[in-house]
Parts: sequence; C-alpha cells; structure tokens
Amino acid sequence: MANEFLNYVERKSPVHSLSGATKLIIFILYSTAAMLTYDTRVLIGLFILSIVIFAISKIRIREVGFVLAFILAFLLLNNIAIYIFSPQEGVKIYGTSHVLFEIAGRYNVTLEQLFYQFNITLKYFSVIPAALLFIVTTHPSEFAASLNKIGVNYKIAYSVSLALRYIPDIQREFWTIAAAQQARGIDISRKEKLGKRLKNVASIILPLIFSTLERIEVISNAMELRRFGKKKKRTWYSEKPFKKADYIVIIVGFLILIASLVITFHDGDRFYNPFL
Amino acid sequence: MKKPIIQFENFTFKYKTQKEPTLHDINLTIYEGEKVVIVGPSGSGKSTLAHCLNGLVPFSYKGDISGSLTIKGKETKELDIFTLSKMVGTVLQDPDGQFIGLSVGEDIAFALENEAVPQDKMKREVVEVAKLVDMEEKIRSSIHELSGGQKQRVSIAGVIIDEVDILLFDEPLANLDPATGVQAMALIDQVQKETNTTIIIIEHRLEDVLSQEVDRIIVIDEGRIVSDLDPNELLASNVLETCHLREPLYVKALKYAGIEVTPDMLPASLATLKIDAVKSKLSDWHDARSHSAHEENEEPILELEHIHFGYDADTPTIHDISFKINKGEMVSIVGKNGAGKSTLSKIICGIEKVQAGKIFYKNEDITTDTIAERSTKIGLVMQNPNHMISKHMIYDEVALGLIVRGLPENEIKERVDATLKVCGLYPFRNWPISALSFGQKKRVTIASILALEPEVLILDEPTAGQDLRHYTEIMEFLNELNRQGVTILLITHDMHLMLEYTPRAIALADGKIIADDSSVNILTNPEVVEKTNLKITSLFELALKAGIEDPIDFVSAFIDYDKEARMTWRTNS
Repeated sequence: MANEFLNYVERKSPVHSLSGATKLIIFILYSTAAMLTYDTRVLIGLFILSIVIFAISKIRIREVGFVLAFILAFLLLNNIAIYIFSPQEGVKIYGTSHVLFEIAGRYNVTLEQLFYQFNITLKYFSVIPAALLFIVTTHPSEFAASLNKIGVNYKIAYSVSLALRYIPDIQREFWTIAAAQQARGIDISRKEKLGKRLKNVASIILPLIFSTLERIEVISNAMELRRFGKKKKRTWYSEKPFKKADYIVIIVGFLILIASLVITFHDGDRFYNPFL
Repeated sequence: MKKPIIQFENFTFKYKTQKEPTLHDINLTIYEGEKVVIVGPSGSGKSTLAHCLNGLVPFSYKGDISGSLTIKGKETKELDIFTLSKMVGTVLQDPDGQFIGLSVGEDIAFALENEAVPQDKMKREVVEVAKLVDMEEKIRSSIHELSGGQKQRVSIAGVIIDEVDILLFDEPLANLDPATGVQAMALIDQVQKETNTTIIIIEHRLEDVLSQEVDRIIVIDEGRIVSDLDPNELLASNVLETCHLREPLYVKALKYAGIEVTPDMLPASLATLKIDAVKSKLSDWHDARSHSAHEENEEPILELEHIHFGYDADTPTIHDISFKINKGEMVSIVGKNGAGKSTLSKIICGIEKVQAGKIFYKNEDITTDTIAERSTKIGLVMQNPNHMISKHMIYDEVALGLIVRGLPENEIKERVDATLKVCGLYPFRNWPISALSFGQKKRVTIASILALEPEVLILDEPTAGQDLRHYTEIMEFLNELNRQGVTILLITHDMHLMLEYTPRAIALADGKIIADDSSVNILTNPEVVEKTNLKITSLFELALKAGIEDPIDFVSAFIDYDKEARMTWRTNS
C-alpha cells in the first residue's frame, strides 16, 4: 500500500552476514578513498569492485530503484551546475584544451571538461552501491548497534534508528489521514489543481504532526520506564559479534584505501592526466 | 501477617499545568502478593495514580506532591525513575506504541540492554522469560506479525524480565476484543502465580477483569478514593452506578428484576454466583416482560452485491460479500482484527475500488463513483479523532468540507450552524478544538462529516477505550441522529454497544459474512462468537443458570427494559 523505499531487504548473502559495523566502516573507508582521489584508474577500480560487491549481495536494482533514480537525477543536476558555473575547470586542471565545439563566449565543450565531469560521476558511482548496501543489508535492529560500535553516542544512535524505523509507520498514518480527508471531499489526487492540491495536503500535515507527537510521548515514556539512558554504556541484543570475515573485510578495506591513496598521490597530483 | 508493599499517606498531587490537584488526600495500602484493581471514570485520576507508582510522576510529568508514598518502605520522592522501575514494572495501555524493539526478542531484551548485560546472558534470559509467556517460538518474529493477544504477552515479558516486585497494568484491555481480553486476564493471573508479584490493574472494563479472581477493587472518582472493597461487596453496593461505571450485565439484570444483590451471593463472577434463592424472581420478571416486536422497514438505502476485493491478487481480503441495509437502521459490523471490517468500510466509501461486485445507494449503482461523489451520500468517521481534525476552531473544522466544495459563504454558515446545533456543539462554535474532551472531539469529527449531509454514516470503533460516561454520551448522540433518519453502520467489538444500540449485526470472518442476524442471536451463538473473538453475553449465561426456558428471549427482554430505563433517565436529567 504505502510505497516503501530504502528498507532492509532480507536475503542470504555474504554481505548480509557481515556485522553492520563492518559495513559502516567499509562505507566510510570507501567514501574517503573516493572523495580524496581524482585518479581515473583508481575510481574505475573502486567502481568495478562496488558492482561486484553489489552482485554478491543479491540485491536487485529494482529494490533500490526509487532511491537510485533520485540520486541519478541529483547527479545530473550536479553535472549541469558544474558546467554552468565552471565550463573551463577541466582545461584548468589538465592544462590542455581540446575543443570539440563552441557554444558561446567561454562556454565550449572540451575533452578535458568532459573527462573531468566523467571523473566526478565515477566518484558518485563508486560510493552509491556501498551506501545503499549498508542500509538495505543491515537489519534495522542492528543499525543503532553499528553506529554505536564505531563511536556514536548510543542515545544518538538509537534516535537515528528509531526515526528510520518509524518512517513506514508514519507513511501508513499519512495514508489513513489522507483517506479520512478524501472521504470529506478533500482531494489530493492528480485530478485537483496543483495549488489547491498543496493546500489540501496541508490539511493532512497538521493531524499527522499531532498524532506523531502523541506517539513520541508514548514511546519516550515506555523507554524511560525500562531505564533507557540509565548508564553510560549499553549492550545490544541484535548486535552481530565480529567474525573472522569481518576482520578480513575491514583489513582489505584499509588496504584498498591505502592503495588508492598511494596510486593517486605517488606522482604528487590528485588527477590522472591522459592529455600529457 | 500481611506485609505492606505500597503505602499512600495523605498523598496529594497537582500537575504543574493545572490549578486543582488531580489526586486528593489518598490513603491506601497495598499488601505483598495482592491483586488489586483500580477502577474509575476517565479523568478520575486513576492514570495519575499509576504514574505516581511507576515514577512518571514526578519525573516526567512535573507537579507538586504533598503527603507520602512509600514503595517497599522507601519514600518515592527520594528515588529516581530508574530505581523505581526496578521495583514497579509497567505494562502500558497502547499495545503498539510501547514496543521499542522490532522483533519479539529484541523488545523483551530492552531493559537488559540498558543495564549493559552481556549479550549471551541476555539471550539466555530472554528465552527464559519468553517461555513463561508462551512466546519462545516467536522470539525471532517481527512485532508487526503478532496478534493483539501476543503483543500483550510480549509487553508483559519485557517487564517481568526485570524480576520486579510489583506489576502495574494501565488499562490492559483497552484495545483488545472480548475473547482476547479474557485470555489476557488469564495470562496476568498465570504470571502472578509464577512470579509471586503484587499486581495492580487499572481498568474500567470491570466485567472482563472479573473473569479471574481479584482481591480488592478500589474505586476512584474525582481524585479521591470512593470505595475500597472486595469484589463481592462492591458489586452488591451501588458505588459503581453512582460513579458512572459499568456494572457487569448479569448484576444489572438481577437488580432490574428487583433482586437485592448481597455479598453472600458471591456476585463477583457468574461461576460463583448463588442464584437458587432468587431463580423464581428472575423468571417471574422475565414472564412479566412481553417483548415488543421490532418493526421492519423495507426501504434499502445501501446494498452490496457479491463484492470481491484484495490488496494483492492472490489473497482476497473480501470474498463475495452481499448485504442490504435499510433506511434508518443502526447495524454493527463485527469480526476479529483482520477479518475485513475496515476494508469493507473503505470499499463502501470508495477509498478502495472493488474488483468485482456492485454497490447500490437508494437503488442507484454507485460502484464507479469517486470518493468525493460518494461523500455526500456516505460519511466515514475514523476511530481516532486526531486523525481527522485539521483546524484549530470548531466552526472551521466543520465548515472545511463545504469550503472545499466551493459553496457560497452564507450557505456554508447556515449548514454549519444547523449541524452544530444537531450535535449540541453550537454554544462552543468559537472554541479551539484542543479545549475539548475526547468525546466532544469525536462529536466534532461526526459534525464535520454530517455537514456534508450524508444519509449513511459509518463509524470505526466509535467508543474504543471510552468509559461509560463518554460511551453513553457518544452512543446517545448517534442514537439521536439515527432517530432523525441517519442510517448508521458501526464497526466495533464492543458487545455492550451491539446489545444496547444496534438491533442487527453482521459478523465477518476471513473476509466472508458468517452471520447476518439480530445482535442478540449473534451474541448467544457459540460458533459465531468464537469466530469473531467475542464472548457469549453473561446475560445469556445467567438465564441458563437460572433455568429460564427461553434464554435468548431473556436477553432481548433485558435489552428492551434497559432501553426504557435509559429513556426515563434521559427525560429526567
């Protein structure tokens, strides 16, 4: 009924069986590597590895389709913005200018600019699978435990995971309220004009806020009555203990980061330059 | 020698945000191992009393305390909520809201996690406790997959894992159907026997609570203790009536028959009730009542023909449902959770589209009409008024649906004023909705639907969790609307509501109609009752016990008599 996006997907795979903390650490290492490097060879390597891991996880593209589409749209927007604000960035970085065709003024299309933006896109592509995998292969129960394990305060970790886990509930409530309002003739479907539709959606938001506040009061009482926040530390029922595979994966992760940094910086430049 | 475990002495509490104290001068002692029930109407202070015991007062809800409250000899003011929660375990009212973990095991373990118990030890203890409440096979299940009764088991397990001395149940039956309610009481009883705890139950569904033995019943009204008696003495007294609390129906029947109920008759439960001496009086009363025949009115306003529906193709939620509702009827739709009641109401309103079948309104096919088109014919009122209210002022809320339709302003005013008058809300028209009680809010939501002038009204659980006063307020209002010609369908599992207000009931199970009959016949039919998670009404059992020849007719006679009694009560007040 409610379109759920970015939820845990139950499956039997080596990725699933890793501890959530491992996946989180790998995600962080991967992002660091992808963020620091502009070396195309490294980025392609990271990207291919990502795809392989994604295949191992047995997650299907369509299961993360909605979010993926959202990220790709954002990526396109980002690329357009880069070109508009800095059409000569590639030329500046790589020091040469192979013009393909002119548009107007300083706006021309160069191989260097295309290559530069291709690198940026690659960065996204190498990180996206890692980020998605952490979320869809880590059981929500383990989520807070993973954050806590890498040093996030457990109260904050718990709030984050509670918020995530209430998203489906709140979606459901939204549809209940929407149904109630529609039965009064308040239309939020496409049949209504946009302006009016937005106004009509507002009539759902207020009840939603109130019912959410009610929910928060109940849950915080329930947590307090069972002594949440009593101690500086807490243990986790659903935490997966580290196994050999986890240690190996983390070590490999660090090796990849180091290798990517070495390859990137050994010539003193973050960029791989095919134009020289 | 009984050892006191909880002692209130001249205890008074006032919420910070309120002028008057909510609890006045409470003196109460509860002894180790006792099972005590605290009853009282909404707003009587019974929940506040519970909050004082578990520490939410004063640690979460601030206020002024005078007098003393000691638990296990310790003054609670000097403790903190964490220490208190080690002695008093609380099972909250809302079965869904209180779950913190996602799976059964995780939720049971929550208290241990907070005590930083190592994981392997924690897992062992969770299994132990899950066994105690018969949930060990469900440890890995997600909370969402559980039934209402199983959820209750999990919340109890999550509390008793602490080995508390006192278990506090805050309206444990509020969201349960009658059959599950009985099981919940049996579970509480079993837990007490196995853990040797002191049990305090806050509840107003007294008849269901009394399905198991209790030691004492404390009645609270307006912040004071009104009575503190054992169940037999309480039921023999008239305390419940004066405090607007519902007496068990069989006790009411005895009183209607002019029988003086005494503690010696052991009225606390039908099983113990000694009835031999008064049998003849009861059947004399029955013989003297000639039950009136209900007039039949054959003017169908709503007809469903072979309706099929499923959220996905393989699992039909509604399977070949046909029924006819006549104009001016008031009908209950009953069934277990998931039997298809709510889906059916959504189909009738057009929120969900049927896969096969036809819907007629006044003999006109409305199967393909949109929600908006149907909303002038059929109105739907949700269970939780907070899900519907989206304006600050009563007038604006009731006018909302009309404004959206683009009616001229003077016509809107006319219709809203008229609706507010019908609903008895006209004097409050410029009040903010937040100032209203739950029952009044419900009225506002009903008014906001009535302003659209539908002739059929569907209400989802209109009285769930309400005490007798609010229940009566809501139901009498609906009854009045019904008399004015509005046809009313009620989705409910409140047996009192069925018996007292709706002559006819439609019972659903697994998306099919299993009975479409008088409420009396349904509540005396063991097969239907079992499939819908209801209970055989105690009136019927009383009649059997008294050896009355036609027990079903006895139930009808009681209902007619009760209706008349309510009428006189209304004209007098």
